[in-house]
Amino acid sequence: MGKIKLKPKAIKGVISIKALVKHPMETGLRKKKGKLVPANHIVHMTVSHNGNKIVDADIGSAVSKNPYFKFKVPGAKGDTIALKYEDNNGKTGSANAESK
Amino acid sequence: MKRRLFLKSAIAGSAVATVVGAGLLTPSMVFANTASFKSKSAKLSNTAAGAGAGSFKLKVPKIAENGAVVPITVDASKMSDVSSISVLVKNNDTQLAASFNLEGAQGFVSTRVKMSKTSPVTALVTAAGATTAVSKDVKVTIGGCGG
Repeated sequence: MGKIKLKPKAIKGVISIKALVKHPMETGLRKKKGKLVPANHIVHMTVSHNGNKIVDADIGSAVSKNPYFKFKVPGAKGDTIALKYEDNNGKTGSANAESK
Repeated sequence: MKRRLFLKSAIAGSAVATVVGAGLLTPSMVFANTASFKSKSAKLSNTAAGAGAGSFKLKVPKIAENGAVVPITVDASKMSDVSSISVLVKNNDTQLAASFNLEGAQGFVSTRVKMSKTSPVTALVTAAGATTAVSKDVKVTIGGCGG
């Protein structure tokens, strides 16, 4: 559902992965016109580098709307980075990018 | 104060029960964080209380004007064998904001979190089996959790 921007960049043997996921990240605590807005947030996210999982994250509702993440992994230009997430409604999203 | 809290939670509880009873929402949709996430949060906050001071860097703003977006950077890239990084916000309902298990990646995580009010932010880094913590206060002028 959401759009993901994934920008890995290799500098001196280290890839910095910048990821921006478009997601409302509703906590389920906010009210709109007196009614609670149902929770809708990412619960689980994985990032892999050339097919090997490097980050496995449990995300809570306290992470901001349209969450931004940055990770670093040793690697070189041309390596592939993949990101996958799952939200509490079971919806998933993924993105692939080649490191620059 | 306790009575006030009790009343509030009783009202909130019954409202949720009605909605669930009507079959409009499943419980997991109503509650913010899953039970497993909450128990993890409680466990990690206990760990944070007993953890020694870490030698990594935690970068947070001193004053966050908008509690909905508080940038947090945990830089433990000088430590080796970093297996997990967690971020806790003490005064939030569920203290744990996010927990990252790292396998092969450097000990570096940057993200943005929501804060309901002024609170200490704690980063937990587990490296080579030992967990260390660094805590810093962040002043929030406008809350970001429902408010």
